[in-house]
Formats: sequence, structure tokens, C-alpha cells
Amino acid sequence: MRKIILPSVIILSAIVLIAKIFYLQVIDETLKLKAENNAIKKVFDFPERGYIYDRNGKLLVANQPSYDIMVIPREIKNIDTTEFCKLLNITKDYFINKLEKANVYSPRLPSVFLAQLNKAEYAAFQEKERKFEGFYTQKRALRDYQVKDCANIFGFITQVNEAIIEKNPYYNPGDLIGKQGVEQQYEEILRGVKGVKYLLRDKHNKIIGPYKDGAFDTIAQQGKDLTLTIDHELQKYGTELMVNKRGGIVAIEPKTGEILALVSAPTYDPSLLVGRQRSKNYTALYNDSISKPLYDRGLQATYPPGSPFKIITGLIGLQEEVIDLNSTFYCNGGANFGRFMKCHCGLHTLQLNNGTYKSCNSYFGNAYKRTIEKYKDSYFSVDNWANHVKSFGLGQFLGTDMPIGAKGLVPTSKTYERMYNGAPIRSSYIISNSIGQGEVLTSPLQLANMMAAVANRGYYYTPHIVKKIKGQALDKKYTTKHYTTIAKEHFPAMIQGLADVYNVGTASTLKVEGLEICGKTGTAENKIRVAGKTYQLKDHSIFVAFAPKENPTIAIAVFIENGYWGSRWAGPIATLLVEKYVNGKISRKDLETRMLNGSIEDEYEKIENIIFQRTPERKIKKDTISNIKNKIGEARKEEENA
Amino acid sequence: MKNQNIGNSIDWLTILLYTLLVIMGWMTIYSASLPIEETSIFDISQIYGRQFLFIGLAIPLILVVLFTDAKIFERLSFVFYGLGIILLLGLFVFGVTKKGQTNWYQFGGFGFQPSEFVKIATALLLAKYLSFSQVNIQKFKHQIVSLGIVILPVFLILLQPDAGSAMIFLSLIFVLNREGLPSWYFISGILAIVLFFASLLIQPIFIISAVLIFMIIHYLFNKKISRNPIIYSLIFGIIASYTYSVSYVYDSVLEPHQKDRINVLLGNDVDLKREGYNLNQSMIAIGSGGLTGKGYLEGTQTKGGFVPEQHTDYIFTTVGEEWGFIGSFVVILLFTLLFLRILYLAENQKTKFSRIYGYCVATYLFTHFFVNIAMLIKLFPTIGVPLPFFSYGGSSLWSFTILLFIFIKLDANKVNEW
Repeated sequence: MRKIILPSVIILSAIVLIAKIFYLQVIDETLKLKAENNAIKKVFDFPERGYIYDRNGKLLVANQPSYDIMVIPREIKNIDTTEFCKLLNITKDYFINKLEKANVYSPRLPSVFLAQLNKAEYAAFQEKERKFEGFYTQKRALRDYQVKDCANIFGFITQVNEAIIEKNPYYNPGDLIGKQGVEQQYEEILRGVKGVKYLLRDKHNKIIGPYKDGAFDTIAQQGKDLTLTIDHELQKYGTELMVNKRGGIVAIEPKTGEILALVSAPTYDPSLLVGRQRSKNYTALYNDSISKPLYDRGLQATYPPGSPFKIITGLIGLQEEVIDLNSTFYCNGGANFGRFMKCHCGLHTLQLNNGTYKSCNSYFGNAYKRTIEKYKDSYFSVDNWANHVKSFGLGQFLGTDMPIGAKGLVPTSKTYERMYNGAPIRSSYIISNSIGQGEVLTSPLQLANMMAAVANRGYYYTPHIVKKIKGQALDKKYTTKHYTTIAKEHFPAMIQGLADVYNVGTASTLKVEGLEICGKTGTAENKIRVAGKTYQLKDHSIFVAFAPKENPTIAIAVFIENGYWGSRWAGPIATLLVEKYVNGKISRKDLETRMLNGSIEDEYEKIENIIFQRTPERKIKKDTISNIKNKIGEARKEEENA
Repeated sequence: MKNQNIGNSIDWLTILLYTLLVIMGWMTIYSASLPIEETSIFDISQIYGRQFLFIGLAIPLILVVLFTDAKIFERLSFVFYGLGIILLLGLFVFGVTKKGQTNWYQFGGFGFQPSEFVKIATALLLAKYLSFSQVNIQKFKHQIVSLGIVILPVFLILLQPDAGSAMIFLSLIFVLNREGLPSWYFISGILAIVLFFASLLIQPIFIISAVLIFMIIHYLFNKKISRNPIIYSLIFGIIASYTYSVSYVYDSVLEPHQKDRINVLLGNDVDLKREGYNLNQSMIAIGSGGLTGKGYLEGTQTKGGFVPEQHTDYIFTTVGEEWGFIGSFVVILLFTLLFLRILYLAENQKTKFSRIYGYCVATYLFTHFFVNIAMLIKLFPTIGVPLPFFSYGGSSLWSFTILLFIFIKLDANKVNEW
């Protein structure tokens, strides 16, 4: 018995080893396809990224060929470094540094050595490519932007970083991926799927043919084209109007929820983020923490809504039946709500209509007071009010198909419970909410969407930016109506008030002949705290509108930071955009010129001085565009004189 | 003269198998270490050139062993063993540290690993001790001494620390079992290994429950041996505490690299660029060979230098890649035939000394062979042991050669034993 143990163990072990080796060598195919397998070379076929069009079929984004220089560190053989660096216009430090990094990643796998050469640079290198063993070029497609605006909508494409490669096995070093905007949101649709070919190599790394006659190869799937809801004419015009101003514009088609324009200022030319200068430019944009060009003010910035919020206050009052069209309130340069709230309407006896078009604080203060005091339980009242407000899409993410957004804020009983330690909420504490100056915060997108809901008399569609994906249906959530809690019959009176804003109210100077626009001006206070001191800054200029009054085709919100008051900057800009979109031409040329050339840069400079605690004497005059223009003018004059 | 008929009495089949393995080994090393510019096979600046020299130098060693009086090995076994222990102790003072292990002496250009020598000495002494007529392995005292002969070098080698070599010594349990050591030693050894891996894979509570159920069944249906509940609960207690202490040992005693190797084997999430790299590469190299291999000197993984230390511990990956499954099968078959031949000869020895020594030789060679190949294909944790006759290195080749030829000499001498 004992004699046969060891021989049995030996025979058994041999069988186990042979079985496992048989499995590895003959049955299991996965080992043969692994990336580390030197005998098989994976060659990728990169599909072309989908094009991007505007709603009228205008091509916005196409592709251009670009070339990456790839390196396999192990295969480098005595090359002339000086010549190499000179040819590619790189420093020797870059060469050494990059090679080291590539070596750390893997000496045997390709890494990107120098990314995104243009055609001319590539042609110069290609001529001598064979002299530099270990280096080869990989063709990729870069974006070719047909327009100079929309940077905030498009986003950009960039090389994947290591974190993405580790998380998502689809990507290899050097692959491109969409970042921000629709490039990020629709990455998988735009990029398509790359194809893989497995080629067999001999021991000298020479390709001898396809592996297993291409049984494992896959074909690249083209990226799909996107059609945006953006009207590029409108977008471009909005961008031009916003030069030398800061703020955001959002325009929505109320009938569909399609975003017609999404402007954020200041902005940048999208082609800055293409090619070899991409990373340098991106860093510069990223580091500009004052004007924040990468910050989408249309989607991300939240401000107190100011007077446009009175529309909501009024509608809620009507719905809660605490006011009707004949309810009358008095204004005496303001009204007392436990504390005095000032008003500049200049009227004394106010009803819904003139309260709206003159934007009377006293009227809406009273309407709000009644709403909050309607129920004994003030917490219930506040929540009841907050639910109405939220039904307009405020205080929540709207679910737009952009990777960024802002929630804004609609205060609820919980907010005040914390603030007032559970004591009953008096309407006087929170009266500022009535005129959009309290705790409420909204983004321009939310305000535009609110106007779309008013224009539709009580419903909205989730705002979205993609109209069509080739060969694919749109997400259902963009074709579902969201109803507000306000009954349809309450809207006409409010809408008449908004129309009268143009006829006789706060925007009467902006009236466009033959076009009935409903709008509302807004002015929102804002302060900053720097080094323990609070500074009152110039008010934000706000304007919301939709047009035409019957059967509206556009709803818009314009927000200009530190733009003094509503009808100073935001009102004219909104009116021009509406006229442009609805009528296709501009009748108010005077207004247009003033808006195109106007600048608030001086105001922003003052704020910068506060932020950096600079005294105006010591300030360094910045080269704003108008300054440069002046200098050019002077230089010309001097030339002429000479 | 006793040695006059050595040519007739030695076992030529063993020598044939040995020769085939050594030749194939050299051919594989040649492929694994071939530089791009081909040079002479005698170029001793190249690995294959040096291995050629080592093989050449093995021939005089073989002759010395074959023409030595067979009795010398038996008589001097105490001396060899003592010398071996002194050499192991001397490592603590004069040893050279390589890759964290102090297991090497260096004399100018010549390196010497005493554990290789101690393997032979231990086999000789164990055979000598067990062949004393007054030694009875059934007696506890003699069990302790024979286990002690094995454990002492294991202890010293673990201090180097060289887990691989230590494990080779422990395989001598096969020899002791063959010579009549009570079976429970052997069974509990196997059980300990099985429980070790089981408790790293499964929650200890499940293992203990399974053991408990098994023991209850055994208790109920056991008719042969006395059913003493105390013994049953004692065994259960030992198994339970062992199972629980494994995770402690794993966490606190094992070195990080040893944990990594176990994790790699258990298929836990490992980084293929670090601790999992070697195994991943060796599997790819073997797996890419297919049925017939890529052809001699045509291995792309071998030529690419992907597998680390391919000429030493990972030499079999070249066999797998270039000669495919057929080549791997032939090599494993040759080894298996060699082991079985040695065991067959051992069983036919007239003296107990020769039989036990032969058993030791087969056990040593088999354990090296199995551990080495099994670790390449994820059947065993990565432990650095060479593949006999294949792996590059003079010290290793010569010690395996001497180990084997002492037995061939003993076998040839059996005609003189009466």
C-alpha cells in the first residue's frame, strides 16, 4: 500500500499538469488575444466622430485629420535626438521627460509622444519617419469648428487620462474623449465604436498576416451625427450682444422645450481647444478665475431672480384665491410689512395689471403676505407656496441634456425651521421672497423655462439641446409635458400685464412695432464679502420675455451681471433677440448699436479692485477692447497728422 | 576491483533520460537567451555559453561520483550532514544577500548555495539513520529523530529566508511515510495544507461546521477504532484553532510578497503590472504556444523578453511557447518516466540505505519539477525553485547531477551487496 503512494502522486500530478497545459494551449483562446501578447498586434480603426449641426441644418462642427507621434520605448534605436527635436520643434527636456513617462507606462506598449500635429508638421516628420525607429504616427480626427461661438455648448475633446483608462476598458492611451457640453453628454453616440484588427507577428515584430483569418476582428462603427436645437443665427447674435458684458442668455421654444440659444459671456473661440496649443490655452482659460470663461453662466450661475419672480407670486395668489383681478392694494413709495419695503412704481392704487407692468413691490408684497397667511399653520403655507414655485421647475435640476447645471434654491418650511429655530414663520420675515430678493435663487435656464411655462399657459417640456440623433429616437423625457400647479384660466390676466410692460410699463422704451412681446424687467441686489467687509455692488440686470403673445415661439431669460437695472442692459438685449428670432430682422437699429458697442468692463474692474483689495490709484489700466480701439484710433490720427 | 564492471551494471535508461533532459534544457536556454547578434555557442559571455560549460564540467563530476567507493557515501553521511549544517550557520556571517535571501557564498567568480549540498546530505543521513537495524520508525523516539534530521535544515533555511528550498525538504514526508511512519503524520500534513487554502477562500466558520459534521458522522459509523469522545473533541479543537489561526498567520506572519503570491493563485484582484505580472506573462507565453508551438527559436514572447528570469525558474515557458503542447507533453513525460524509473530501482535495492536514498532522490526531483511547472500555470503559488536539469545555473545543475548519480552508483553497486 505505502509503496504505491508516491508513484500514484507522481502520475496524478503529471496528468493534472498536462491537463491544465492542454487547456491553456489548445482550448483557451483568451490568453492569445491579450494585449501583452507580443505575437499579436492589435490595430485600431478609429471611426470618425459624428458631426454637429444646428436646428436649421447648418454645419457647426466637423472633423480634421491630425497625427499623433507614438513611441514604443523598447524599439527605439540610436536616433539622432537633436535632429528629431528640431524637426518636431520640441526641447530636449521634453524628449527625455516624455520618454521616461512612456517607459514607466510600459516599455513595450505604445504611448503618445507628441499629440495632435497638423498636416504640415506631419508631412515634415513623415519624410524622415523611417530614420526614427520606435516612433510612428497614428492618425486621429480632431474637431474642426465651423463657428467661433457655442464653445460652452460643444465642450471639447481631449486625450483620456489614466483614471478614465482604468475605469473604462474601451479607452487606450492617446484616445480622445468628449469633455463638457454635448461632446461629453453624447460621447458614446458621437464617438462610435472603434474597430480592432488582430495581426500576427513573427519574432522580429514583422506582420505576417491576420490572426486566425480575422475571426476575432471587429469593424468600426461610425459616430452618429447630432442635430442641436440651437438656432445658430440667434446664438451668434446673442454672443455678439454679450461682448464686454458678463452673464447668460437662455432662449427656449415653449412648444417643445428646445433650447434655441444658450449664451454665456465671456466666452472663447472653441478652436482654441484644438491642436497642440490646447493644453496651454485650456490652462489659461481655467486659471482666469475672475471672468471664468469656462463657467457656463446660462446653466450654472444662480442669482436672486428679482422682479420676474413677481409673475410667480401673482399667479400663486390667483390660484390660492387670496387675490383676484379686482383686489386693490395701495403703495406710498412702498408699504409697511412690519418693516418698510420701498417701491419705485410711482402709482398709488394698484391692481394686478398695473402692479405687474409697473413692477410694484407693495402690490406683490401684499399678495404674498396673503398667500403665507392663508393657513393658520405657517409651515404648511410656506410649503404650499414652495410646491407651486417648484412646479415651474425652479429649485431643482431640470434634467437638461447637458452635463452641468444648477439646482437653484426654493426655500421650504425646513429652511426656515432651521433659521428661526422652529418658531412660526411670519410673512414679514420672508416678505422679500415676494419680489425675488429673499432666499430664492434661479439660474437663467430655470428663468427661461419658467417663462416657457407661462407662455404655454401652464406647462413646460424639459429643456433640451439635442433635436435629432441620426437613426435614433429622442429620449421620452423630452416629449413629456410637465404641468404647473396653476390653473390655465389664471394665466391670461398675468400675460396681459406682461404685454403691458412693453406697452406702458417698465419696458415701454423697448417697444417693437408690430410685435406683441410679453416681458418683465428685473433688478437684483448683490453684495460680496471681502476680508470681513461687505460691499454693495451694482445690481444685476435681468429680463425675461416671450413672444408673440398669442402662439409664442420663443421664451427668453437674459441675465447681465452688474448691469444696473433691468431695462438698461438685459431688457434691450432680450428684445433684440426676440425680434431677431420672430421677425428675422431688427427695426431698432439705435438700440442694436448701443448694445453691440456697450461695455460694462469698467464696472467689473471696480469689483476686481475690491476683490484684490487694490486702491484705484495703484490700479493698472487693463487693455480692454475699447482701449485698444482707442489706441489704434489715436495711432491712425498721428499717422495722418504726420 | 569492484568498479571494473561499472559499465555493465549502471542503469543506462536513467542516464539516457538524464541526458535527454539536460540536452533539451540547454537547447531551451539557448533559445531563451539568444541575443540578436548570434555568436558561438561556446561564448561564455552568453548565458547559453556558460551553461554549456557547466554541462561540460558535470561530466568529470559524474565520473568522480561513479568511481568513488559506494560505501563512502553511507559512512560519511554524518560528516556531510554536519558540514552542511555548519555551512548553513556560516551563512549568517559570510553569506551573500540576493533578492532579500541570504543563501549564497561567493568565492571570487564562483557562487555556492549550501542548501543544495544540504539536500544531498540530509537524504544520505536520513537513509543512514533509518537503515540502522535498531531503529524502528514505529517508536516515537525514532520518529522524533528522523523528523529532526529533516526539520533542522528547514529551520535554518527558513531564517534565510528561502521558503522554496524549505518546502523541498518537507516533501521528504513521502519517504518517511514509505518507510512506515504512522499514516496520521502524512494525513495531517496534507490536511494542514488543504485547510490553509480553504480558510483563505471560505469563511472559517463554514469549514469548522463541515469538519464538525464530518466528525459526528465518523463517530456514529466508526466501528474499528475506539470511540473516545475526548480524542474526537481534542482533534476538533486542534482543527478549529488551526483554521482560525491561518488568517492570523496570513495577516501577521507572511511577508507582503508571499501574500501577493497566494492572492495571485486564489485569483484575487491583483495588479497585472506588479505582483501579477510574472504569472500573467508566463501564462501568455505558454498559452500562445498552441498545439504545436511556434517553432524552435521562433517564440515571440521569448524573443520579446516578456517573461522575467526566463532562463532560470521560468524556463518551461519557452518549452510551452516554442514546442507547444506536444513539446510540453514530451518533457513532462520524460520527467515522469525518470521519477518512476528511480522509484522502480529503489524498490529493487538490496539494502535499506540505497532504497531510502533512491526514494529521497525521486521525491526531491519530483517536488522541484511539480512546484516549478505548477506555479507557471497558476496551480501553485509562485515559489522560486529551479526545474531540475533545465534551469540555468551551475550550482543547481551539478547538485541535481550529483544527487542522481550517487543513486546510480549505489544502484550499480547492488551486485556487490550481499
